[in-house]
Amino acid sequence: MKKYTIVLLLLFPFVVFSQKTIKGTILDTNNSPIFGASIYWKNANIGTNSDEKGEFELKSLENNSQLIVSFIGYKTQTILVENLKNINIVLAADNQLEEVNIQTRTKSSNRPSYLVKNIINVNKTELLKAACCNLAESFETNPSIDVNYSDALTGTKQIKMLGLSSPYIQIVQENIPNIRGAAQAFGLSFTPGTWVESIQITKGAGSVVNGYESITGQINAELVKPLTDKKLFVNAFSSFDGRYELNTHFNKILTDKWSSGLYVHGNLRNNKIDENNDSFLDAPLSSQVNIMNRWQYTDTEKGWVSFFSLRYLTDNKQTSQTDFNPNIHKKSTTFWGSEIETERFETSTKLGYVFPEMPYKSFGLQLAFSNHHQNSYFGLKDYKIKHQSFYANVIFNSIISDTRNKIVTGLNATFDDFDELVLNLNYSRNEKSVGAFFEYNYDNLENLSLSAGIRVDSHNLLNTFITPRLHVKYNAWETGTLRFSAGRGKRGASIFAENQKLFGTNRALNIINNNGEFYGLKPEIAWNYGTSFNQKFILFNRSGDVTIDFYKTIFNEQIIADWENPSEILFYNESTIGKADSFQIELNYSPITHFSIRTAYKYQNIANNYISGEKQVPLQPKNRFFTNLFFETHQTQKGGNWKFDFTYNWQSEQRIPDTSIYSENYQLPLYSDNHSAINAQITNVFSPRFEWYFGGENLTNEKQQIPVLGANNPFGTNFDTSLVYSPVIGAMYYIGIRFNLE
Amino acid sequence: MKKLLLIFGILFIGISIQAQEKNKNAKIAFDVNGVCEMCKERIEKAVLKTKGVKFCNWSIETHQLTVIMDERKIDELTIHKNIAAVGHDTQKVKATDEAYNNLHDCCKYDRVNPQFGH
Repeated sequence: MKKYTIVLLLLFPFVVFSQKTIKGTILDTNNSPIFGASIYWKNANIGTNSDEKGEFELKSLENNSQLIVSFIGYKTQTILVENLKNINIVLAADNQLEEVNIQTRTKSSNRPSYLVKNIINVNKTELLKAACCNLAESFETNPSIDVNYSDALTGTKQIKMLGLSSPYIQIVQENIPNIRGAAQAFGLSFTPGTWVESIQITKGAGSVVNGYESITGQINAELVKPLTDKKLFVNAFSSFDGRYELNTHFNKILTDKWSSGLYVHGNLRNNKIDENNDSFLDAPLSSQVNIMNRWQYTDTEKGWVSFFSLRYLTDNKQTSQTDFNPNIHKKSTTFWGSEIETERFETSTKLGYVFPEMPYKSFGLQLAFSNHHQNSYFGLKDYKIKHQSFYANVIFNSIISDTRNKIVTGLNATFDDFDELVLNLNYSRNEKSVGAFFEYNYDNLENLSLSAGIRVDSHNLLNTFITPRLHVKYNAWETGTLRFSAGRGKRGASIFAENQKLFGTNRALNIINNNGEFYGLKPEIAWNYGTSFNQKFILFNRSGDVTIDFYKTIFNEQIIADWENPSEILFYNESTIGKADSFQIELNYSPITHFSIRTAYKYQNIANNYISGEKQVPLQPKNRFFTNLFFETHQTQKGGNWKFDFTYNWQSEQRIPDTSIYSENYQLPLYSDNHSAINAQITNVFSPRFEWYFGGENLTNEKQQIPVLGANNPFGTNFDTSLVYSPVIGAMYYIGIRFNLE
Repeated sequence: MKKLLLIFGILFIGISIQAQEKNKNAKIAFDVNGVCEMCKERIEKAVLKTKGVKFCNWSIETHQLTVIMDERKIDELTIHKNIAAVGHDTQKVKATDEAYNNLHDCCKYDRVNPQFGH
């Protein structure tokens, strides 16, 4: 095999004047420019990098004529330069490893040690380790986020952080609050996995810049961008039990400043499965069409960046008895059935400006509008919600005296309009707020940095209140990072939208009126305190790190959804302090090249003060153990390899609310068994253009024996689909392909 | 009256000259010798700790240091001196041998053939 080719072309064979610079272009063997190649004079530290067109310009040296050109994955070239003004250099792919390359791989999921906040960054490589069909499924390989099934019907996955469910986590999309209000129950499944570029998980109090609602943490999903995403991307997925997904991305660079992308997602499940023969579908019939169009404007010289996005979604789910036909049996007692139809329109604009002469000074504007409409019935019960939301945020970044002291300040305004029909009751409310925030960030460049933020909001239902947030980072020694955080959060709860699984029961719906503004309830207020220690280490010449986290959430005012009485669900305010403590120890280590281990143990003690006394929160295990193993083979010359991913999850017993009044064959024990689950995936990267993957979820086939209580009489008092503590569906296998054009 | 105008005139000229000479956000750039990421951290730390400096960035590849500073509070030479004090030679000020010898082994740049000034 030909090891490498050097093609040296003289583009301009003219006599060179007393020119002091050398210009050229770096190309690969396909004549495509190489961006970021290093070009430097031999034995001198003078060098440069090629730009996106592969072009470079370098000062010529008097006594030096040997130019070295190198780029990862390509053979390094040494070129004799004599009186050349413009040269083309062709780099050939590095087929054989002749030299020892020292490479450090950026971990696909890591906690950057330079950040003040305890942030876990999850990049695309990590997201490709599992099927990740949507945002809800993107946390399977991450021990900080727990993924649970919310109910026995919809198959919706719900996430928890620090033991508290998603309404307490602020979920933002490109730093604009996204999954709120009406979108709370199913919103995570409305962002297709391929649209997600990376995820940032902040544990503990969030930043004041994004609002006052975050309590246990913040999740930010960065979406793919027209300028950097592939020109064409296609992903097709099929599970063997009849779920199909198709994703296509089209991106076009229109001018040197404008680019645009069109992203289309569709999914379908039209296969009726009832493995446990309880006459209920184990997974809903569903279909979704989700379309997004993004425009990006970038003018690096003048310092402007702007995004404009439009998004439309329609999603339909049918959960029912197997013989239910919505056209005939809708809202009749022949068969129990439910349909959930969601339509959502969203638009957002982001505008950013960096002062070219003062790179530390910038200005940003975010505007977002969404219209969310859910029309649904569950058996004989109606639930409809319309939620219109408007969000505006102006952010200004600058420094005080020098870049050790940075400030962020700004103003924001929100408007939310809710209209709900719950059974036969109408609820509607308007929420309006204006707020101002100020955050001070300090870094002494040695070992201490902090971020102190405060915001003041004036809200028509939450009144005027202050939200403080503090993060401190101290590097005790070079490899050890200690972090501390504290902060307050406040939120009005949309109790029905957040607890939609209640409609899949025949429990009575009761609220203890507390003269509050939200269905008679007062808003929730909580403080979160946390500390975290991260130690990096080198063992047998391989690097790893261990992180110990302890977080505590203390509610001053909480809204409790009380499932303790089997004949009702009761909502009430509670202001005596319950417990929400979360401890986690996580180890990351790579014992051999291409092989990495992530393992974690978590202890979460979450208890509420119910009317019937203090009890552990139901369906919440105290102990969890998590292991993820990842192995990949060495890249071949075509750029292909195999990747193997294995995840093991174990959780201890969970308390189950009282079922003693249900008929004997539908009574559940007081505690569930321990439960474990194994997911695995094999990916074959065929070339940088094409890859296929094959995987399985819940491989041990452990499932809940009776997920639907009272299935024999869904209109009777025993009917309850809300008590789910392990998967409803057994082992599930899937296959998929990904194809792209650069 | 004439005297008064003259005084005002002189005052104004004085102010306008002042405004022209002393820029609050003056951008300067010069070369500093160094090698690696550690050097970058050390150089930038020394520069940022100089009172009057607002922003700085040292490029590992080109060895160029960009500084934004308040000219009313500081002159360029002070920055050169502070960099030299931590062991790095600049275009104008050389580090003492002692400071240079204190550098980490990987940071010991070539002093004999400085890689700047072309």
